[in-house]
Amino acid sequence: METTSEELKSVALENKHISLGAKMVPFAGYLMPVSYSGLNDEHVTVRNAVGVFDVSHMGEFILKGEHALDLIQRVTSNDAAVLADEKIQYSCLPNDKGGIVDDLLVYRMNEKEFMLVVNASNIEKDWDWISKLNTKGVEMKNISGGVSLLAVQGPKAILALQKLTDINLSDIPYYSFKRGLFNGEENVVISNTGYTGAGGFEIYFPNASADKMWDAIFAAGAEFGIKPIGLGARDTLRLEMGFCLYGNDINDTTSPIEAGLGWITKFTKEFTNKAALLEQKEKGVFQKLVGFEMIDRGIPRHDYQIADASGTIIGKVTSGTQSPSLNKAIGMGYVPTTFSKADSEIFIMIRDKAIKAKVVKIPFYKA
Amino acid sequence: MNFPENLKYTKDHEWVRVEGNIAFIGITEFAQGELGDIVYVDITTEGEELAHEEIFGTVEAVKTVSDLFMPVSGKVLEVNKGLDTNPESVNKDPYGAGWMIKVEMKDAAEANALMIAADYKVLIGH
Repeated sequence: METTSEELKSVALENKHISLGAKMVPFAGYLMPVSYSGLNDEHVTVRNAVGVFDVSHMGEFILKGEHALDLIQRVTSNDAAVLADEKIQYSCLPNDKGGIVDDLLVYRMNEKEFMLVVNASNIEKDWDWISKLNTKGVEMKNISGGVSLLAVQGPKAILALQKLTDINLSDIPYYSFKRGLFNGEENVVISNTGYTGAGGFEIYFPNASADKMWDAIFAAGAEFGIKPIGLGARDTLRLEMGFCLYGNDINDTTSPIEAGLGWITKFTKEFTNKAALLEQKEKGVFQKLVGFEMIDRGIPRHDYQIADASGTIIGKVTSGTQSPSLNKAIGMGYVPTTFSKADSEIFIMIRDKAIKAKVVKIPFYKA
Repeated sequence: MNFPENLKYTKDHEWVRVEGNIAFIGITEFAQGELGDIVYVDITTEGEELAHEEIFGTVEAVKTVSDLFMPVSGKVLEVNKGLDTNPESVNKDPYGAGWMIKVEMKDAAEANALMIAADYKVLIGH
């Protein structure tokens, strides 16, 4: 993303990150920490202990009123009607051309109030898209600018965070949340979600408490070796789990069916572009998003081409990295359905050379 | 950060250690810090004659990939085999165990024209 420093927005904890020696980079219009102690060290910290990501750049919308659920049902692909209070759902906003406006989390606060958590780079686009379809007067509020979000992730996260609240965190199942008193602050949303596959919670609270909250979490986690984690390790952690990243693996032109998001595309209800997506599901798709690992030496990167054994270009890499946990090079990309079975041989074009890889099942990393 | 006085430096953040008509080449401490954890050094030009500024290899960090450019013209005599198994040497010891190639220089004057440590420090604002 091309942004000059004058246009960059700041998260509440920007100075905290700078004082901790973070390498700061422009990301989705914000100056964000990409690394602190080093990507591999941060990655391992989250897998083995506990780390904290500032993801306050993410967007939050509140949808309220009689028809809030109806609007969410029409704009998202998953079935939000199955949500009970304090439950969360992964979903996406299909566009009317076969692609995806964004992927998001839907929180049911109560019967008539929902929170949508969207990607930072898509806040405006999502807002406009949902607003356009808001024909029944649902009250919509974009609270992104006032909310800070810390993802506290790793096997020790629950032990560290439990010190800061009387809410029993082990009573909050995966993809569930509670709202309550946390570190002396009312109405904090404590959500058993994340983007790492390492376990842990995401904590939503007002910007004004950001410094206090950060310090309390680090004090609570000190005995477990808690560390700040940048966006670099966030990307390697999510990729080891095979989680899609909007802008890389999914975008305005990729179909949720092709992207392997059929499990969040429910045809039992009406939603944007349902008919076309249903046809894809029934007739089958030409290409699919798959995970692969390198057999010969080389590291796949976003936009590298994928070839078959004869050298014909058959697809493109959407994400790739050296996996810090597995110590091998892994990636995801779109290939024709005929190459999508595990163990299919494919070749990644790295600097004009075809380097052998094989399709594997995701997640790459199994805890 | 350390920038030894006995080395020459390039705008591409490489260093050159001259021994007669032989040059040892690697990347600077600044460069390894910018790249982050290095996981693969891909050099397949051993034995080749390359011109000044030609690409002799690629260094891959977890998140980034960067080409390596010849700071001088010459023949690549040797590639540091140790980097195959320990690419992290480039992070830990960029001027020592992290060296990348040994080159027989075509024209030693090219090395003389490179930056001295003090000028390189100015370049990176150190």
